[in-house]
Amino acid sequence: MPHVTYISPDGTETTLEARVGDSVMETAVKNGVKGIVAECGGSCACATCHVYVDAAFIDKFDEMGPLEDDMLDGTAAERLPVSRLSCQLKMREDLDGLRINIAPEQY
Amino acid sequence: MTEHILIVGGGQAGMQIAVSLREDGFEGSVTIVGEEHHGPYQRPPLSKAYLAGEADEESLELRLPQFYVDNKIVVIPSEKVVSLSWGAEHGVAVTDTGRELPFHKLALTTGADPKRLTCDGADLDGVLYMRGLDDANELKARWADINDIVVIGGGFIGLEVAAVARKYNKNVTVVHSRDRLMSRAVGPVVSDFFLEAHTKRGAKVLLEKRLTKLHGENGTVTGVELQDGNVIPADAVMVGIGVAPRGELADQLGLERAENGAIVVDSHARTSDPRVVACGDVAYLPHPLGGEGMVMLESVQNAVDQAKLAAKSLLGGEEEYRAVPWFWSDQADLKLQMAGLLQGYDQQVVRGNLDEDKFSVLYYKNGRIIAVDAVNDVLDYMAVRRALTAGQNIPADLAADSAVALKTIVTD
Ligand SMILES: Cc1cc2nc3c(=O)[nH]c(=O)nc-3n(C[C@H](O)[C@H](O)[C@H](O)COP(=O)(O)OP(=O)(O)OC[C@H]3O[C@@H](n4cnc5c(N)ncnc54)[C@H](O)[C@@H]3O)c2cc1C
Ligand code: FES
Repeated sequence: MPHVTYISPDGTETTLEARVGDSVMETAVKNGVKGIVAECGGSCACATCHVYVDAAFIDKFDEMGPLEDDMLDGTAAERLPVSRLSCQLKMREDLDGLRINIAPEQY
Repeated sequence: MTEHILIVGGGQAGMQIAVSLREDGFEGSVTIVGEEHHGPYQRPPLSKAYLAGEADEESLELRLPQFYVDNKIVVIPSEKVVSLSWGAEHGVAVTDTGRELPFHKLALTTGADPKRLTCDGADLDGVLYMRGLDDANELKARWADINDIVVIGGGFIGLEVAAVARKYNKNVTVVHSRDRLMSRAVGPVVSDFFLEAHTKRGAKVLLEKRLTKLHGENGTVTGVELQDGNVIPADAVMVGIGVAPRGELADQLGLERAENGAIVVDSHARTSDPRVVACGDVAYLPHPLGGEGMVMLESVQNAVDQAKLAAKSLLGGEEEYRAVPWFWSDQADLKLQMAGLLQGYDQQVVRGNLDEDKFSVLYYKNGRIIAVDAVNDVLDYMAVRRALTAGQNIPADLAADSAVALKTIVTD
């Protein structure tokens, strides 16, 4: 199973094993990692799962759809080129070692 | 002495109370007892991605089993609480296996049950409901054999199921008793839009029609008879005519209940006995935005936000519930998002283009924005939700220009 490391705004790191097919959001929430709120449970309807993907991994994900793109324009924390909604990022074997910075604000 | 907090009902709200109690530093025992055979899971995908085969069972889980262990939250599935009583020192809940669970404080998060049909033929095989994972699995198990599906009720769940069924090219008829779809929650512009959208996508939508009975053969449903005598063929009938709150247990503790059976709570999510909180679909609560009267809010947002507050109240907090209600529904390629409560609006502004499946409707009362319905228009939805949360306004005359981004015209 691929490992993913979450880095909280305060620098705390949490490394978890992810189930292939679960999203980066689900992996965090189901394990109780704080900071990814995910109010809508992954329906791309709330923008409270905003993360900054480590630059080394950003190109490994599919391009975002127009909905996610719009949502990211309305996030609470600043949108950066590596911004994504973590509910739209599915875990795969080849993403082992993935590093995810959690956005400092979700509301 | 260890303090015991017992949570009856292991759904969205029950799980959240447990998690929040720990986050707020509660060190006593926390037990969730739920009658379903699954740990706490999310329901929204049941009529959407899960039914469509785009999400599996495991993905519905709200937390991994290990999370509960790590947080010392005891989850007891497959047991139904059948009685509740207070003794001199503590209360006791008894489950249907005879297990006794003591508690010093109690949370009732028993949710709601779908309203059942009562007409002739209502108990035929193939008459289905959609509340839990078992319901969704039953529909999925029959899916391949269904050619004609009739959906009773043009609310969110019925229309979501209809949309998935159309995606699989089934013959879909929606029978709705009111004169417009989702009439309890969205405005007429949005209702009319969805009527056309579903029709365009191949569903037959019948408004202001009531069914009189269900026809069957060998115990299995074969058709739905309407008041006008027409019979619509059906291999399956999916009933989505609203829910009834499961407030029965409250009577055993003498708690106040509303006419519809819901448990009455105050702005702290406390019932008429301050040792007992209730929240989520089972609660009848004061308007969460300071409006008049009491409301029912059947949504993930309310279950979660009210549960967070209920946890604080259990620990002696006096915070008041204030939250902007919001909700979403996925129907085919249309994402409908709503924020605020539109009851009593006196003005509306339509933005964007209905023909392009991307628009929003803003609702106003006395010149102030109170709600939004948005279709594939996340930016408008988010802007209004933010403004409502901050108690701000988005003036109608400025919003009328669709080219203007709402977030640039927010005022106090
Ligand atoms: C198909 C479907 C789609 C939905 N889609 C959306 C959506 O898109 N967006 C949205 O915001 N909301 C949606 N909702 C609504 C949302 O899921 C509910 O508002 C939410 O689940 C309410 O949480 P709750 O904890 O109050 O109740 P529930 O989640 O229903 O949990 C209550 C639990 O208590 C258990 N229980 C009841 N009585 C007892 C007893 N005596 N002993 C033990 N256990 C008991 C029940 O079995 C149940 O497991 C949807 C609901 C359904 C059914
Ligand atoms: S969880 Fe809501 S948008 Fe990602």
